[in-house]
Amino acid sequence: MTALVPMPVIMPLLAAALTLLLGRRPRLQRAVSVCVLVAVLLVAVTLLALTWRGEPLVVAVGGWVAPLGIVLVADRLAALMLVVSATVTLAVLVYSIGQGMADGEEEAPLSVYHPTYLILSAGVVNAFLAGDLFNLYVGFEILLVASYVLLTLGGTETRVLLGTTYVVVSLLSSLVFLTGLGLVYAATGTLNLAQLAGRLDALPEDIRLILQAVLLLAFGIKAAVFPLSAWLPDSYPTAPAPVTAVFAGLLTKVGVYAIIRAETLLFPGGPIAGPLLVLALLTMLVGILGAVAQSRIKRLLSFTLVSHIGFMLFGIGLAGPPGLAAAIFYAVHHIVIQTTLFLAAGLVERRGGTTDMDRLGGLARISPLLGVVFLVPALNLAGIPPFSGFLGKVGLLQAGVADGGPLAWTLVAGGLVTSLLTLYAVARVWDRVFWRAPHAEMPGPDDTTHTVRARAGREPYSDIAGHAGTMLPRLMVGPTVALTVVSVALTAVAGPLFELSGAAAVDLLERVPYVRAVFPEGVP
Amino acid sequence: MTTNLVYVITVGVLIAAGVTMLLERSLTRVLMGVILFGNGVNLLILSGGRLGAPPIAGTDTGEPLADPLPQAMILTAIVITLGVSAFLLAMAYRSWQLVGHDEVRDDVEDRRIAGLAARDQGLDSGDGDTPGDRAATGRAGGAAGNGGGAAGAP
Repeated sequence: MTALVPMPVIMPLLAAALTLLLGRRPRLQRAVSVCVLVAVLLVAVTLLALTWRGEPLVVAVGGWVAPLGIVLVADRLAALMLVVSATVTLAVLVYSIGQGMADGEEEAPLSVYHPTYLILSAGVVNAFLAGDLFNLYVGFEILLVASYVLLTLGGTETRVLLGTTYVVVSLLSSLVFLTGLGLVYAATGTLNLAQLAGRLDALPEDIRLILQAVLLLAFGIKAAVFPLSAWLPDSYPTAPAPVTAVFAGLLTKVGVYAIIRAETLLFPGGPIAGPLLVLALLTMLVGILGAVAQSRIKRLLSFTLVSHIGFMLFGIGLAGPPGLAAAIFYAVHHIVIQTTLFLAAGLVERRGGTTDMDRLGGLARISPLLGVVFLVPALNLAGIPPFSGFLGKVGLLQAGVADGGPLAWTLVAGGLVTSLLTLYAVARVWDRVFWRAPHAEMPGPDDTTHTVRARAGREPYSDIAGHAGTMLPRLMVGPTVALTVVSVALTAVAGPLFELSGAAAVDLLERVPYVRAVFPEGVP
Repeated sequence: MTTNLVYVITVGVLIAAGVTMLLERSLTRVLMGVILFGNGVNLLILSGGRLGAPPIAGTDTGEPLADPLPQAMILTAIVITLGVSAFLLAMAYRSWQLVGHDEVRDDVEDRRIAGLAARDQGLDSGDGDTPGDRAATGRAGGAAGNGGGAAGAP
């Protein structure tokens, strides 16, 4: 069964090569991409089923045994993240195919979209499965390079100029990560995570702290933790809607995943938990205050994305099984929700011709379905009771109260304030975009012609303004509705999911199952 | 573990020079910075491993072999840096094609908010459609969403 572990990395990479060759045959290209991502999803579900009750699955790539070779490890956490990321990437792929078909992009420039997208998904999966710090770095690089291409797709002026910020910041984080790798190797002589777990413990406290700080700095940039988050709201909204959606759902969460691994497997305990909690609080509050001030939907959602990273960091900073379990649950919830919201924002942009809230209105009457696919995930994000956002936040708050320290109580209060402000921010969107009377410039309900509007010049972020007033393509609405259903279904499966994330958290903190799976005969 | 002092100084100089270049506005200089920084880090990784004779099987000369793992890692890092440099060059070129220079531009949103703040000082009573200031500027958004946004929730 271990042969399945590398499959989610290998299949998209091979398919990327294939789709590049098939660049002139878009129909075949689309079929290959969809089939491969469906296969990845199936493999991910199988891996989750295998690791749910059992030991982690380990593969030594190329037959070179650890610690010399590279290992891929699928434990509960990795398998869970795999399933969620595969679901999201598949849904976004179908959405982007729908968008491409509706726009008649049958030919050249976007033929690189499918290969790049598949490479991105391979990179994300590789980062989740990496059992080796250097392989984690390679996974990050794969997904980052793919994301550079996707963000600057088409090479338009806005995308190139604003994409520069993203590329330079990501490059810096990669260099910091590489520095951290060099230092860790110099201090311990290994980069295998399971072996590092023991060797880092043996280091003097101050050296451990330096290594931990360098690695967390690198991961913090990727996860958009507060002082390192300014790049995100500037660069994400410029990309095409599906690209923004998959970035928002997955890329920051890969950073969060890396922080979870670092804080549990490599540096458990330690003096950084306190500062992490402070950063979590600042991330939540500064992010949501930014969101409240925005007038464009995509930018507003980018700020809520930053803000809710704080919730996950809160759980990680509590450093106990309940907090970590809630953080894992919250990450799963947040990947699905944030992606759905960005897809819905893409639909709003398409239907209304802009994402500027000041020029939208009455969409609930014009397109009730669009209202539902925005409102449900928006309420979920804010944490309204039946939804998974509420359950995740309750888990985090309970863990915070159980911790009982003054800092934990402050965070509980901060979390509540953030939830309220999130509700305010999304309610403002709902009120302006969907609820109030239609804006004078809005295309009417029966206006199904291709109304070309001269808005492109005034709307710096819109790349599809020319399509305002068209009916929404079914292939774009379908995946959005499907993800909304998944996000609601998270409530139904919340019991088993919390049980799973709880077990994953206990495993992570014990560290023994992971280390024993990699080195069954004892750590060399 | 001991390491060569010359290495350490070189690493320091390369990284310092790299960071200085990264702070420049021109993308080409940023690229130079990335390359210098990357080379510094590569040397750092190299100096973290054991130094010695070439680690090739069958050439045992009696002296201790160098640690091959950092070399493998550096090769990977060099390849990645090469690819990324090519991409950055393409971006700089594209930017030059489009706007005639390759400077990383000011934060658009900051500029917009600064403009709004300047305008707000002129006309104090914002209408409901004026986006509020970013809270970080300290001018708390009194104008932000006074259209009863929160109350409008179902």
